[in-house]
Amino acid sequence: MLCDHCGKNEAEVHLTQIVDNEMTTVHLCPACAAEKGLDAGTVTKNLPLSDFLAQMGKAALADEEATIVGPCTYCHTTVDDFRRTGRLGCPHCYSVFETQLRAILRRIHGSTYHMGKVYVPPTSEAAERSARLAGLRRKLQRAVEAEDFERAAVIRDQIREIEAGIEG
Amino acid sequence: MRLFELRSMPDFGLNWLDASGPDSDIVLSTRVRLARNLQGYPFSVRAKPADRAAVLATIREVLERSAQLADAVIVEIERLSPREQRMMLERHLVSRELLGGDRETPSSSALVVSMQKPVGLMINEEDHLRLQSLTSGFGPRQTWHLVDSLDEDLGSELPYAFHHEFGHLTSCPTNCGTGLRASVLIHLPGLVLTKEIHKVLQGITQVGLTFRGLYGEGSEVIGNLFQVSNQTTLGKSEDDLIDHLGKIVGQVVEYERQARAVLLRDAPYVIEDKVWRAYGLLRHARSLAFDEMMNLLSGVRLGLSLKLLPGPSVYVVNRIMIYAQNAHLEEASAGTLSSSELDIQRAVLVRTALAEAESSTASRTE
Ligand SMILES: [Zn+2]
Ligand SMILES: [Zn+2]
Repeated sequence: MLCDHCGKNEAEVHLTQIVDNEMTTVHLCPACAAEKGLDAGTVTKNLPLSDFLAQMGKAALADEEATIVGPCTYCHTTVDDFRRTGRLGCPHCYSVFETQLRAILRRIHGSTYHMGKVYVPPTSEAAERSARLAGLRRKLQRAVEAEDFERAAVIRDQIREIEAGIEG
Repeated sequence: MRLFELRSMPDFGLNWLDASGPDSDIVLSTRVRLARNLQGYPFSVRAKPADRAAVLATIREVLERSAQLADAVIVEIERLSPREQRMMLERHLVSRELLGGDRETPSSSALVVSMQKPVGLMINEEDHLRLQSLTSGFGPRQTWHLVDSLDEDLGSELPYAFHHEFGHLTSCPTNCGTGLRASVLIHLPGLVLTKEIHKVLQGITQVGLTFRGLYGEGSEVIGNLFQVSNQTTLGKSEDDLIDHLGKIVGQVVEYERQARAVLLRDAPYVIEDKVWRAYGLLRHARSLAFDEMMNLLSGVRLGLSLKLLPGPSVYVVNRIMIYAQNAHLEEASAGTLSSSELDIQRAVLVRTALAEAESSTASRTE
Protein backbone atom coordinates (compact mmCIF):
# COMPACT_ATOMS: atom_id res chain seq x y z
CA MET A 1 0.00 0.00 0.00
CA LEU A 2 1.31 3.42 -0.95
CA CYS A 3 1.54 6.39 1.39
CA ASP A 4 -1.62 8.57 1.42
CA HIS A 5 0.48 11.66 1.70
CA CYS A 6 3.21 11.41 -0.95
CA GLY A 7 1.82 8.47 -2.92
CA LYS A 8 5.37 7.28 -3.61
CA ASN A 9 6.70 5.29 -0.68
CA GLU A 10 5.28 2.19 0.91
CA ALA A 11 3.00 3.06 3.86
CA GLU A 12 4.24 1.63 7.12
CA VAL A 13 2.48 3.78 9.70
CA HIS A 14 -1.26 3.28 9.92
CA LEU A 15 -2.88 5.92 12.03
CA THR A 16 -6.39 5.17 13.16
CA GLN A 17 -8.24 7.70 15.21
CA ILE A 18 -11.73 7.92 16.48
CA VAL A 19 -12.90 11.44 16.88
CA ASP A 20 -16.54 12.30 17.39
CA ASN A 21 -17.47 8.82 16.45
CA GLU A 22 -15.81 8.86 13.11
CA MET A 23 -13.04 6.40 12.52
CA THR A 24 -10.43 7.47 10.04
CA THR A 25 -7.30 5.63 9.02
CA VAL A 26 -4.39 7.36 7.37
CA HIS A 27 -1.61 5.29 5.83
CA LEU A 28 1.76 7.01 5.79
CA CYS A 29 5.34 6.22 4.90
CA PRO A 30 7.82 6.77 7.75
CA ALA A 31 9.11 10.01 6.20
CA CYS A 32 5.65 11.59 5.90
CA ALA A 33 4.66 10.30 9.32
CA ALA A 34 7.70 11.99 10.82
CA GLU A 35 6.82 15.17 8.94
CA LYS A 36 3.36 15.09 10.51
CA GLY A 37 4.94 14.73 13.91
CA LEU A 38 4.08 11.08 14.27
CA ASP A 39 6.59 8.40 14.91
CA ALA A 40 5.78 4.77 15.47
CA GLY A 41 5.86 5.31 19.24
CA THR A 42 3.21 8.01 19.40
CA VAL A 43 1.13 6.26 16.81
CA THR A 44 0.84 3.16 18.95
CA LYS A 45 -0.31 5.28 21.85
CA ASN A 46 -2.93 6.79 19.59
CA LEU A 47 -4.39 3.51 18.54
CA PRO A 48 -6.96 2.58 21.13
CA LEU A 49 -9.18 0.66 18.75
CA SER A 50 -6.65 -1.56 17.03
CA ASP A 51 -4.89 -1.93 20.36
CA PHE A 52 -7.88 -3.29 22.14
CA LEU A 53 -8.94 -5.42 19.24
CA ALA A 54 -5.53 -7.06 19.22
CA GLN A 55 -5.82 -7.44 22.96
CA MET A 56 -9.28 -8.86 22.57
CA GLY A 57 -7.98 -11.43 20.13
CA LYS A 58 -5.25 -12.52 22.50
CA ALA A 59 -7.51 -12.60 25.54
CA ALA A 60 -10.14 -14.54 23.67
CA LEU A 61 -7.62 -17.05 22.36
CA ALA A 62 -6.15 -17.58 25.79
CA ASP A 63 -9.60 -18.07 27.22
CA GLU A 64 -10.85 -20.39 24.55
CA GLU A 65 -9.10 -23.36 26.10
CA ALA A 66 -10.55 -22.77 29.55
CA THR A 67 -14.03 -21.41 28.86
CA ILE A 68 -15.98 -20.55 25.79
CA VAL A 69 -17.14 -16.97 26.15
CA GLY A 70 -20.35 -15.84 24.58
CA PRO A 71 -22.19 -15.44 22.38
CA CYS A 72 -24.31 -12.93 24.30
CA THR A 73 -27.53 -14.67 25.27
CA TYR A 74 -29.52 -11.50 24.64
CA CYS A 75 -28.20 -10.12 21.34
CA HIS A 76 -26.08 -13.07 20.08
CA THR A 77 -22.94 -10.99 19.58
CA THR A 78 -19.89 -13.27 19.49
CA VAL A 79 -16.29 -12.53 20.45
CA ASP A 80 -15.56 -12.62 16.75
CA ASP A 81 -18.24 -10.00 15.95
CA PHE A 82 -16.75 -7.76 18.56
CA ARG A 83 -13.23 -8.22 17.24
CA ARG A 84 -14.36 -7.47 13.71
CA THR A 85 -16.47 -4.38 14.41
CA GLY A 86 -15.15 -3.07 17.71
CA ARG A 87 -18.78 -2.74 18.82
CA LEU A 88 -20.74 -4.54 21.49
CA GLY A 89 -24.32 -5.51 20.76
CA CYS A 90 -26.21 -4.65 23.93
CA PRO A 91 -25.74 -3.71 27.59
CA HIS A 92 -25.76 -7.41 28.53
CA CYS A 93 -22.60 -7.96 26.43
CA TYR A 94 -20.71 -6.10 29.16
CA SER A 95 -21.54 -8.94 31.56
CA VAL A 96 -20.90 -11.73 29.04
CA PHE A 97 -17.47 -10.41 28.03
CA GLU A 98 -16.70 -8.90 31.43
CA THR A 99 -13.30 -10.52 31.93
CA GLN A 100 -12.00 -9.60 28.48
CA LEU A 101 -13.52 -6.15 28.68
CA ARG A 102 -11.82 -5.36 31.94
CA ALA A 103 -8.43 -5.92 30.32
CA ILE A 104 -9.43 -3.91 27.27
CA LEU A 105 -10.86 -1.02 29.27
CA ARG A 106 -7.70 -0.86 31.33
CA ARG A 107 -5.69 -0.54 28.13
CA ILE A 108 -7.91 2.08 26.55
CA HIS A 109 -8.73 4.20 29.57
CA GLY A 110 -6.13 3.16 32.14
CA SER A 111 -8.96 2.20 34.48
CA THR A 112 -12.13 0.15 34.68
CA TYR A 113 -13.91 2.25 37.28
CA HIS A 114 -16.44 4.89 36.45
CA MET A 115 -15.52 7.95 38.52
CA GLY A 116 -18.11 10.25 37.03
CA LYS A 117 -21.59 11.12 38.12
CA VAL A 118 -23.63 8.24 39.47
CA TYR A 119 -26.76 7.76 37.47
CA VAL A 120 -29.93 7.26 39.47
CA PRO A 121 -32.62 5.51 37.45
CA PRO A 122 -36.04 7.11 37.41
CA THR A 123 -38.31 6.07 40.27
CA SER A 124 -42.00 5.50 39.83
CA GLU A 125 -42.56 8.59 41.97
CA ALA A 126 -40.46 10.69 39.62
CA ALA A 127 -42.25 9.22 36.64
CA GLU A 128 -45.61 10.09 38.16
CA ARG A 129 -44.51 13.63 38.95
CA SER A 130 -43.23 14.18 35.45
CA ALA A 131 -46.50 12.87 34.02
CA ARG A 132 -48.40 15.38 36.18
CA LEU A 133 -46.10 18.17 35.08
CA ALA A 134 -46.56 17.15 31.48
CA GLY A 135 -50.32 17.33 31.86
CA LEU A 136 -50.11 20.77 33.44
CA ARG A 137 -47.78 22.05 30.73
CA ARG A 138 -50.23 20.93 28.07
CA LYS A 139 -53.04 22.71 29.95
CA LEU A 140 -50.88 25.82 30.23
CA GLN A 141 -50.18 25.72 26.52
CA ARG A 142 -53.90 25.53 25.74
CA ALA A 143 -54.71 28.32 28.21
CA VAL A 144 -52.11 30.59 26.62
CA GLU A 145 -53.35 29.77 23.15
CA ALA A 146 -56.88 30.63 24.26
CA GLU A 147 -55.52 33.86 25.81
CA ASP A 148 -57.01 32.80 29.14
CA PHE A 149 -54.22 34.44 31.13
CA GLU A 150 -55.89 34.14 34.53
CA ARG A 151 -56.13 30.41 34.18
CA ALA A 152 -52.59 30.29 32.76
CA ALA A 153 -51.29 32.06 35.88
CA VAL A 154 -52.97 29.50 38.14
CA ILE A 155 -51.51 26.61 36.18
CA ARG A 156 -48.09 28.25 36.19
CA ASP A 157 -48.24 28.41 40.01
CA GLN A 158 -49.15 24.73 40.18
CA ILE A 159 -46.20 23.87 37.95
CA ARG A 160 -43.88 25.96 40.14
CA GLU A 161 -45.12 24.17 43.25
CA ILE A 162 -44.35 20.75 41.82
CA GLU A 163 -40.99 21.92 40.49
CA ALA A 164 -40.11 23.42 43.88
CA GLY A 165 -40.96 20.05 45.42
CA ILE A 166 -38.34 18.48 43.18
CA GLU A 167 -35.70 20.95 44.27
CA GLY A 168 -36.58 20.54 47.96
CA MET B 1 -41.48 19.77 19.16
CA ARG B 2 -41.79 21.29 15.75
CA LEU B 3 -40.80 19.44 12.61
CA PHE B 4 -37.81 20.67 10.68
CA GLU B 5 -38.36 22.59 7.48
CA LEU B 6 -35.32 24.04 5.78
CA ARG B 7 -37.19 26.77 3.93
CA SER B 8 -38.49 28.40 7.10
CA MET B 9 -35.27 27.78 9.08
CA PRO B 10 -32.39 28.63 6.73
CA ASP B 11 -29.85 29.17 9.52
CA PHE B 12 -30.93 26.07 11.46
CA GLY B 13 -28.37 24.99 14.05
CA LEU B 14 -25.82 27.66 13.21
CA ASN B 15 -25.87 29.81 16.37
CA TRP B 16 -22.32 28.73 17.13
CA LEU B 17 -21.08 30.69 14.11
CA ASP B 18 -21.70 34.05 15.75
CA ALA B 19 -18.17 34.20 17.24
CA SER B 20 -19.60 35.48 20.52
CA GLY B 21 -17.69 33.04 22.74
CA PRO B 22 -14.36 33.49 24.55
CA ASP B 23 -11.19 33.43 22.38
CA SER B 24 -13.33 33.07 19.26
CA ASP B 25 -10.56 34.67 17.17
CA ILE B 26 -8.62 31.40 17.69
CA VAL B 27 -11.15 28.79 18.83
CA LEU B 28 -14.06 28.29 16.46
CA SER B 29 -16.22 26.05 18.59
CA THR B 30 -16.45 23.83 21.65
CA ARG B 31 -18.52 20.69 21.56
CA VAL B 32 -19.40 18.33 24.40
CA ARG B 33 -21.35 15.18 23.81
CA LEU B 34 -22.62 12.42 26.07
CA ALA B 35 -23.31 8.88 24.85
CA ARG B 36 -26.31 7.15 26.44
CA ASN B 37 -28.25 3.96 25.77
CA LEU B 38 -31.63 2.75 26.96
CA GLN B 39 -32.01 -0.40 29.02
CA GLY B 40 -33.84 -3.25 27.37
CA TYR B 41 -32.86 -2.65 23.75
CA PRO B 42 -29.89 -3.86 21.73
CA PHE B 43 -27.41 -1.14 20.73
CA SER B 44 -28.00 0.45 17.34
CA VAL B 45 -25.67 -1.95 15.43
CA ARG B 46 -27.79 -4.89 16.56
CA ALA B 47 -31.16 -3.16 16.61
CA LYS B 48 -33.91 -4.23 14.22
CA PRO B 49 -36.13 -1.58 12.63
CA ALA B 50 -38.81 -2.27 15.27
CA ASP B 51 -36.27 -1.72 18.09
CA ARG B 52 -35.12 1.52 16.50
CA ALA B 53 -38.69 2.74 16.15
CA ALA B 54 -39.40 1.89 19.81
CA VAL B 55 -36.24 3.68 20.96
CA LEU B 56 -37.19 6.77 18.96
CA ALA B 57 -40.77 6.75 20.28
CA THR B 58 -39.65 6.31 23.90
CA ILE B 59 -37.11 9.13 23.74
CA ARG B 60 -39.40 11.39 21.79
CA GLU B 61 -42.18 11.04 24.31
CA VAL B 62 -39.85 12.26 27.06
CA LEU B 63 -38.47 15.06 24.89
CA GLU B 64 -41.95 16.39 24.24
CA ARG B 65 -42.30 16.94 27.99
CA SER B 66 -38.84 18.41 28.56
CA ALA B 67 -38.94 22.10 29.48
CA GLN B 68 -35.42 22.53 28.15
CA LEU B 69 -36.48 21.35 24.72
CA ALA B 70 -39.84 23.10 24.64
CA ASP B 71 -38.77 25.11 21.60
CA ALA B 72 -36.82 22.32 19.92
CA VAL B 73 -37.05 21.19 16.34
CA ILE B 74 -36.86 17.55 15.35
CA VAL B 75 -35.27 16.44 12.10
CA GLU B 76 -36.26 12.97 10.97
CA ILE B 77 -33.30 11.91 8.88
CA GLU B 78 -35.36 9.66 6.59
CA ARG B 79 -37.47 12.63 5.57
CA LEU B 80 -34.50 14.70 4.41
CA SER B 81 -33.41 14.77 0.81
CA PRO B 82 -29.88 13.48 0.19
CA ARG B 83 -28.74 17.09 -0.25
CA GLU B 84 -30.32 18.18 3.04
CA GLN B 85 -28.57 15.27 4.74
CA ARG B 86 -25.23 16.50 3.41
CA MET B 87 -26.08 20.02 4.58
CA MET B 88 -26.63 18.77 8.14
CA LEU B 89 -23.21 17.16 7.95
CA GLU B 90 -21.64 20.36 6.59
CA ARG B 91 -23.18 22.24 9.52
CA HIS B 92 -21.49 19.84 11.97
CA LEU B 93 -24.93 18.94 13.35
CA VAL B 94 -24.89 15.24 12.59
CA SER B 95 -22.28 12.54 12.27
CA ARG B 96 -21.80 10.35 9.20
CA GLU B 97 -22.89 7.47 11.39
CA LEU B 98 -26.34 9.04 11.95
CA LEU B 99 -26.80 9.28 8.18
CA GLY B 100 -25.82 5.62 7.79
CA GLY B 101 -22.27 6.19 6.52
CA ASP B 102 -21.92 4.62 3.09
CA ARG B 103 -25.00 2.50 3.61
CA GLU B 104 -28.57 3.59 2.99
CA THR B 105 -30.25 6.02 5.35
CA PRO B 106 -31.09 4.14 8.55
CA SER B 107 -34.67 4.08 9.81
CA SER B 108 -35.87 6.07 12.83
CA SER B 109 -32.76 8.18 13.26
CA ALA B 110 -33.29 11.78 14.22
CA LEU B 111 -31.60 15.02 15.17
CA VAL B 112 -33.12 17.36 17.75
CA VAL B 113 -31.90 20.94 18.16
CA SER B 114 -33.13 23.54 20.61
CA MET B 115 -33.77 26.90 19.00
CA GLN B 116 -32.93 28.92 22.13
CA LYS B 117 -29.98 27.12 23.69
CA PRO B 118 -27.06 25.51 21.87
CA VAL B 119 -28.09 21.99 22.88
CA GLY B 120 -29.55 19.05 21.06
CA LEU B 121 -29.27 15.35 20.53
CA MET B 122 -28.97 12.60 17.99
CA ILE B 123 -31.25 9.57 18.29
CA ASN B 124 -30.32 6.10 17.03
CA GLU B 125 -26.78 6.99 16.21
CA GLU B 126 -24.10 4.46 17.20
CA ASP B 127 -25.65 4.86 20.66
CA HIS B 128 -29.36 5.38 21.22
CA LEU B 129 -28.78 8.87 22.45
CA ARG B 130 -26.00 11.34 21.85
CA LEU B 131 -26.66 14.53 23.79
CA GLN B 132 -24.61 17.41 22.50
CA SER B 133 -23.89 21.04 22.98
CA LEU B 134 -22.03 23.10 20.39
CA THR B 135 -21.03 26.62 21.36
CA SER B 136 -19.04 29.48 19.92
CA GLY B 137 -15.43 29.94 21.02
CA PHE B 138 -13.62 28.30 23.87
CA GLY B 139 -15.99 27.42 26.72
CA PRO B 140 -15.61 23.81 27.81
CA ARG B 141 -17.17 24.29 31.26
CA GLN B 142 -20.16 26.27 30.08
CA THR B 143 -20.72 23.81 27.23
CA TRP B 144 -20.47 20.86 29.62
CA HIS B 145 -22.99 22.43 32.01
CA LEU B 146 -25.48 22.91 29.18
CA VAL B 147 -25.34 19.28 28.13
CA ASP B 148 -25.22 18.03 31.73
CA SER B 149 -28.41 19.81 32.64
CA LEU B 150 -30.16 18.30 29.62
CA ASP B 151 -28.83 14.89 30.67
CA GLU B 152 -30.15 15.34 34.23
CA ASP B 153 -33.51 16.22 32.79
CA LEU B 154 -33.77 13.28 30.40
CA GLY B 155 -32.03 10.80 32.71
CA SER B 156 -34.65 11.37 35.39
CA GLU B 157 -37.22 9.86 33.05
CA LEU B 158 -35.34 7.56 30.70
CA PRO B 159 -33.89 4.30 32.05
CA TYR B 160 -30.26 4.42 30.86
CA ALA B 161 -28.04 1.34 30.64
CA PHE B 162 -25.68 1.95 33.55
CA HIS B 163 -23.21 -0.43 35.23
CA HIS B 164 -21.95 0.01 38.78
CA GLU B 165 -18.33 -0.45 37.67
CA PHE B 166 -18.21 0.55 33.99
CA GLY B 167 -20.61 3.48 34.20
CA HIS B 168 -22.73 4.34 31.16
CA LEU B 169 -22.63 1.42 28.73
CA THR B 170 -21.92 2.27 25.13
CA SER B 171 -21.71 0.31 21.93
CA CYS B 172 -18.00 1.02 21.60
CA PRO B 173 -15.97 0.48 24.80
CA THR B 174 -13.89 3.56 23.95
CA ASN B 175 -16.89 5.67 25.04
CA CYS B 176 -18.10 3.94 28.19
CA GLY B 177 -18.01 5.40 31.71
CA THR B 178 -18.90 9.06 31.43
CA GLY B 179 -19.70 8.75 27.72
CA LEU B 180 -18.23 12.23 27.50
CA ARG B 181 -16.30 13.53 24.53
CA ALA B 182 -15.34 17.19 24.57
CA SER B 183 -13.71 18.67 21.51
CA VAL B 184 -12.46 22.04 20.49
CA LEU B 185 -12.00 23.25 16.90
CA ILE B 186 -8.98 25.49 16.90
CA HIS B 187 -7.17 27.64 14.31
CA LEU B 188 -3.38 27.47 14.61
CA PRO B 189 -1.71 29.31 11.72
CA GLY B 190 0.92 30.86 13.99
CA LEU B 191 2.16 27.50 15.20
CA VAL B 192 2.09 26.11 11.65
CA LEU B 193 4.06 29.06 10.24
CA THR B 194 6.62 28.95 13.04
CA LYS B 195 6.84 25.14 12.58
CA GLU B 196 6.05 24.57 16.24
CA ILE B 197 2.87 22.70 15.49
CA HIS B 198 4.26 19.15 15.58
CA LYS B 199 5.83 19.69 18.96
CA VAL B 200 2.58 21.05 20.34
CA LEU B 201 0.44 18.31 18.85
CA GLN B 202 2.82 15.63 20.04
CA GLY B 203 2.63 17.14 23.51
CA ILE B 204 -1.16 16.93 23.36
CA THR B 205 -1.14 13.20 22.66
CA GLN B 206 1.14 12.61 25.62
CA VAL B 207 -1.34 14.06 28.09
CA GLY B 208 -4.34 11.95 27.18
CA LEU B 209 -5.82 14.09 24.44
CA THR B 210 -6.09 13.36 20.73
CA PHE B 211 -5.97 15.74 17.83
CA ARG B 212 -7.08 15.52 14.28
CA GLY B 213 -6.46 17.95 11.48
CA LEU B 214 -9.41 19.10 9.42
CA TYR B 215 -8.92 17.31 6.13
CA GLY B 216 -10.16 18.47 2.77
CA GLU B 217 -10.37 16.40 -0.37
CA GLY B 218 -6.83 15.10 0.05
CA SER B 219 -4.87 14.11 3.11
CA GLU B 220 -3.53 17.61 3.71
CA VAL B 221 -4.72 19.49 6.74
CA ILE B 222 -6.60 22.47 5.37
CA GLY B 223 -7.12 25.92 6.79
CA ASN B 224 -4.78 25.27 9.74
CA LEU B 225 -7.75 23.87 11.66
CA PHE B 226 -7.32 21.19 14.29
CA GLN B 227 -9.73 19.37 16.52
CA VAL B 228 -8.53 18.48 20.01
CA SER B 229 -10.53 16.11 22.22
CA ASN B 230 -10.22 13.88 25.26
CA GLN B 231 -9.11 10.35 24.51
CA THR B 232 -10.46 8.51 27.54
CA THR B 233 -13.94 8.54 29.03
CA LEU B 234 -13.60 6.13 31.96
CA GLY B 235 -11.70 6.46 35.26
CA LYS B 236 -12.00 10.23 35.59
CA SER B 237 -14.91 12.44 36.57
CA GLU B 238 -16.61 14.65 34.01
CA ASP B 239 -15.24 17.76 35.74
CA ASP B 240 -11.70 16.37 35.60
CA LEU B 241 -12.00 15.52 31.90
CA ILE B 242 -13.37 18.96 31.09
CA ASP B 243 -10.87 20.85 33.23
CA HIS B 244 -7.96 18.89 31.80
CA LEU B 245 -9.00 19.64 28.22
CA GLY B 246 -9.63 23.25 29.18
CA LYS B 247 -6.21 23.61 30.76
CA ILE B 248 -4.28 22.05 27.88
CA VAL B 249 -6.20 23.83 25.13
CA GLY B 250 -5.80 27.06 27.10
CA GLN B 251 -2.05 26.52 26.88
CA VAL B 252 -2.25 25.83 23.16
CA VAL B 253 -4.18 29.08 22.68
CA GLU B 254 -1.45 30.85 24.64
CA TYR B 255 1.32 29.25 22.47
CA GLU B 256 -0.58 30.29 19.38
CA ARG B 257 -0.78 33.89 20.61
CA GLN B 258 2.95 33.85 21.34
CA ALA B 259 3.74 32.42 17.90
CA ARG B 260 1.67 35.18 16.30
CA ALA B 261 3.49 37.80 18.36
CA VAL B 262 6.84 36.38 17.20
CA LEU B 263 5.74 36.46 13.56
CA LEU B 264 4.57 40.05 13.88
CA ARG B 265 7.80 41.06 15.53
CA ASP B 266 10.19 39.25 13.16
CA ALA B 267 8.38 39.42 9.85
CA PRO B 268 5.63 42.05 10.00
CA TYR B 269 5.58 42.78 6.27
CA VAL B 270 5.58 39.11 5.32
CA ILE B 271 2.56 38.49 7.54
CA GLU B 272 0.74 41.61 6.46
CA ASP B 273 1.36 40.74 2.82
CA LYS B 274 0.17 37.17 3.32
CA VAL B 275 -3.03 38.31 5.00
CA TRP B 276 -3.87 40.94 2.38
CA ARG B 277 -3.07 38.57 -0.50
CA ALA B 278 -5.45 36.03 1.01
CA TYR B 279 -8.12 38.69 1.27
CA GLY B 280 -7.47 39.97 -2.25
CA LEU B 281 -7.74 36.51 -3.78
CA LEU B 282 -10.97 35.73 -1.96
CA ARG B 283 -12.41 39.12 -2.83
CA HIS B 284 -11.71 38.83 -6.56
CA ALA B 285 -11.19 35.20 -7.58
CA ARG B 286 -13.62 33.81 -10.17
CA SER B 287 -13.13 30.17 -9.21
CA LEU B 288 -12.27 28.74 -5.82
CA ALA B 289 -11.68 25.12 -4.88
CA PHE B 290 -12.85 24.33 -1.35
CA ASP B 291 -9.38 23.53 0.00
CA GLU B 292 -7.93 26.68 -1.52
CA MET B 293 -10.73 28.77 -0.03
CA MET B 294 -10.17 27.25 3.42
CA ASN B 295 -6.47 28.05 3.27
CA LEU B 296 -7.18 31.64 2.21
CA LEU B 297 -9.83 32.04 4.90
CA SER B 298 -7.17 31.00 7.38
CA GLY B 299 -5.10 34.00 6.26
CA VAL B 300 -8.09 36.30 6.67
CA ARG B 301 -8.93 34.85 10.08
CA LEU B 302 -5.32 35.49 11.15
CA GLY B 303 -5.47 39.03 9.78
CA LEU B 304 -8.64 39.77 11.74
CA SER B 305 -7.22 38.41 14.96
CA LEU B 306 -4.06 40.52 14.54
CA LYS B 307 -6.12 43.55 13.50
CA LEU B 308 -4.25 43.75 10.20
CA LEU B 309 -7.55 43.71 8.34
CA PRO B 310 -10.45 46.08 9.07
CA GLY B 311 -13.04 43.44 8.20
CA PRO B 312 -15.03 41.29 7.66
CA SER B 313 -16.12 40.04 11.09
CA VAL B 314 -15.20 36.54 12.26
CA TYR B 315 -18.92 35.77 11.96
CA VAL B 316 -18.80 36.46 8.22
CA VAL B 317 -15.74 34.21 7.85
CA ASN B 318 -17.51 31.45 9.80
CA ARG B 319 -20.61 31.76 7.65
CA ILE B 320 -18.59 31.54 4.46
CA MET B 321 -16.92 28.39 5.75
CA ILE B 322 -20.34 26.72 6.11
CA TYR B 323 -22.26 28.16 3.16
CA ALA B 324 -19.45 27.71 0.61
CA GLN B 325 -19.53 23.93 1.02
CA ASN B 326 -20.82 21.81 -1.84
CA ALA B 327 -24.27 20.83 -0.57
CA HIS B 328 -24.98 24.40 0.54
CA LEU B 329 -23.94 25.77 -2.86
CA GLU B 330 -26.17 23.24 -4.62
CA GLU B 331 -29.06 24.16 -2.35
CA ALA B 332 -28.58 27.84 -3.17
CA SER B 333 -28.60 27.20 -6.90
CA ALA B 334 -31.33 24.55 -6.60
CA GLY B 335 -29.55 21.95 -8.69
CA THR B 336 -26.65 19.58 -9.00
CA LEU B 337 -23.37 21.26 -9.87
CA SER B 338 -20.25 19.86 -11.52
CA SER B 339 -16.99 20.39 -9.69
CA SER B 340 -16.01 23.35 -11.88
CA GLU B 341 -19.46 24.89 -11.44
CA LEU B 342 -19.10 24.42 -7.68
CA ASP B 343 -15.80 26.30 -7.72
CA ILE B 344 -17.36 29.14 -9.70
CA GLN B 345 -20.41 29.36 -7.42
CA ARG B 346 -18.13 29.24 -4.39
CA ALA B 347 -16.18 32.23 -5.71
CA VAL B 348 -19.43 34.12 -6.32
CA LEU B 349 -20.62 33.45 -2.76
CA VAL B 350 -17.31 34.51 -1.21
CA ARG B 351 -17.07 37.68 -3.34
CA THR B 352 -20.62 38.67 -2.53
CA ALA B 353 -20.21 38.06 1.21
CA LEU B 354 -17.00 40.09 1.36
CA ALA B 355 -18.43 42.92 -0.75
CA GLU B 356 -21.45 43.13 1.55
CA ALA B 357 -19.19 43.19 4.59
CA GLU B 358 -17.11 45.98 3.03
CA SER B 359 -20.11 48.14 2.30
CA SER B 360 -21.56 47.65 5.77
CA THR B 361 -18.18 48.58 7.33
CA ALA B 362 -18.03 51.65 5.08
CA SER B 363 -21.53 52.80 6.04
CA ARG B 364 -20.74 52.32 9.72
CA THR B 365 -17.61 54.49 9.59
CA GLU B 366 -19.33 57.29 7.66
ZN1 LIG C 1 4.93 9.43 2.14
ZN1 LIG D 1 -25.31 -8.49 23.89
